[in-house]
Amino acid sequence: MDFLTVLISRANYWAYIILMMVGLYAMIAKNNLVKKIVGMSIFQTAVILFYVSIGAKQGATIPILRHGPVPEGGGIAHAALRHGTDAVQAVNYINPLPHVLMLTAIVVGVATLGVALALAIKVYKEYGTLEENEINQRLRRG
Amino acid sequence: MIWQLDLIILVLVIVCAIAAINVKDLLSAAILLGAYSFLLCLLWAIMGAVDVAFTEATVGAGVSTVFCVSAVFHTTRRTTD
Amino acid sequence: MKLIGKMTILLCGILLIVFANKFPEFGDPHSPASTHLSPYYIEHTMADTAVPNMVTSVLADYRGYDTMFETTVILTAGLACFFLLRLPEEEEKEIYFRHVPTGVTIRIEECGAAPEDSDVFQRIDAQWVPRDIIIRSTSRLLMPFIQIFALYVVAHGHHSPGGGFQGGVILGAAVILFAISHNLRTTVAKISETSAAIMSAAGVFIYAGTGALCVMLGENFLNYGALAPLLGTDRVMARSHGILIVEIGVALAVMSVMIWIYYNLSSAGKQDEGL
Repeated sequence: MDFLTVLISRANYWAYIILMMVGLYAMIAKNNLVKKIVGMSIFQTAVILFYVSIGAKQGATIPILRHGPVPEGGGIAHAALRHGTDAVQAVNYINPLPHVLMLTAIVVGVATLGVALALAIKVYKEYGTLEENEINQRLRRG
Repeated sequence: MIWQLDLIILVLVIVCAIAAINVKDLLSAAILLGAYSFLLCLLWAIMGAVDVAFTEATVGAGVSTVFCVSAVFHTTRRTTD
Repeated sequence: MKLIGKMTILLCGILLIVFANKFPEFGDPHSPASTHLSPYYIEHTMADTAVPNMVTSVLADYRGYDTMFETTVILTAGLACFFLLRLPEEEEKEIYFRHVPTGVTIRIEECGAAPEDSDVFQRIDAQWVPRDIIIRSTSRLLMPFIQIFALYVVAHGHHSPGGGFQGGVILGAAVILFAISHNLRTTVAKISETSAAIMSAAGVFIYAGTGALCVMLGENFLNYGALAPLLGTDRVMARSHGILIVEIGVALAVMSVMIWIYYNLSSAGKQDEGL
C-alpha cells in the first residue's frame, strides 16, 4: 500500500523519467534520422514536464490574479480575496516562473525542430537515404 | 488537480511516446507526435499551467506536426526501425 | 548501438529514480522552487505592472532579457533554415498547366511559350491532385476568424492566457492553413519570402528598440517605466503598455519565422511547389 501511495503521489516524476529515457533511447539507438529528431522532441517535453511539475501547488489556482468584482463561491483564492485587504498570498497561486521558462522553451523547440528537419532534408538530398548505417556506408565508399 | 485524470493521461502520454519511436512509418510517427503533444497540452491544463497548455496546443500540436509532415513529404516514409 | 543505448538509459534511469526520492513532495507549497523568487512576482505583479496575468508580466517585464534573446534564437532558426535549404532561383525546366474547361494537362518544356496563369489556363504542380472545393472554401472562410482570434490573444494576454508567442503562432498557422488548402505559389504571391524575413527582423527590432528607447530616456535597458512621459501615463501603466509593445514585437517575429520555415521546409528550398 505504501508503495502504491509513493507511486501515485509522485506519478509526474516517474512519468518524466520514463519519457526522458524513451527520448534518450531514440536519440542513441534509432537508426533513422527523423526518428532521432522525434526522440529529441520527446526528451525536450520530458524536461518541460519536470519543470511544470515542480511548479505545481496543491490547492492553488492558475497564476492569473482575480481582478474586478469577486463572485460568490470559487476556490481558496476567491475566499481570500473576499476577506482581507491583503489578498494576494503566494500560497494561493501556482508558481508562474517555471511556466514562463517553459513557454519560451516550447516555441524555441519548434524552431529548432524546423532546423533539424531542414538538416534531414539536406542529408536526404545528398545521400538519398535517412538511415544512418546507409549514410555511413556511402561515406566510407567515398 | 484530479489525480485520477492525471494518471490516465500520463499513461496515454507514455504509450504515445513509445508508439511514436517504434512505429515503422515516418508519417505515422509524425501524427503520433502530434497526438502526444495534444495529450501533454491536457496535462499542462490539469496542472494549472494554462499559458503553457495554450502554447503547446498551438505549437506542438499545430505547427510542429505540419513541419514533420512536410519534411517526410520531401524525404521518405521508409524506416527500418 | 542498441546495446549501448539500453545500457545508457538503464544507468541514467536508475540514477534519476534514486534521486527522484529526494525531490520535495509533488504539489508542496513550501518546496524550494515555490518559496524563493516566485512569491515576489505573485505578490507584486499588480502593484508593479498592473498586469493580472503573472506569466505575461514575468515573461515580458521581470525577465525581459530572457524573452528578448529567445526571440533572437527564433530569428536565428529561421535564418538557419533559409541558409540550409534555399536554392537559387533557376529557370524551370518543365511547367505544367491545366486547361480548366476541358481538364487537359499541358506540359511545357524548355523554350516553350508559357501562357499566362489565368482562370482558363491554370498553373499546377507536378504532383497535382484535384483541389477539393469544400476544403478550399472552408479554410478561406476560417482564415479571418483565426486571425482575429490571434490578435485578441496578443492584445488580451495581460488578462487571460495568451500573449505574443501564442498569438504569433496562431497568425502563422492561419497562413500555413491557406498554403496547405490552396498552394504554395499563391501564398508566396501574397506574403513573399522577403517580407517574411523583414517582418521577423522587425519583430526583434521592436523588442530591442523598446529596450534601447528606455536607455535613451535615462533608465535601464527594458525598464518600461521610463516610457511614462512618452505614453502620457504613470509609471505602472507605462510598464503595462511596454509589455504590450514587446508582445507585438514577439508576435510579429514568431509569425513570420513560422511562415518562413514553412516555406523552406514544405518546398525543400525551391519555393514553387509545396505540400
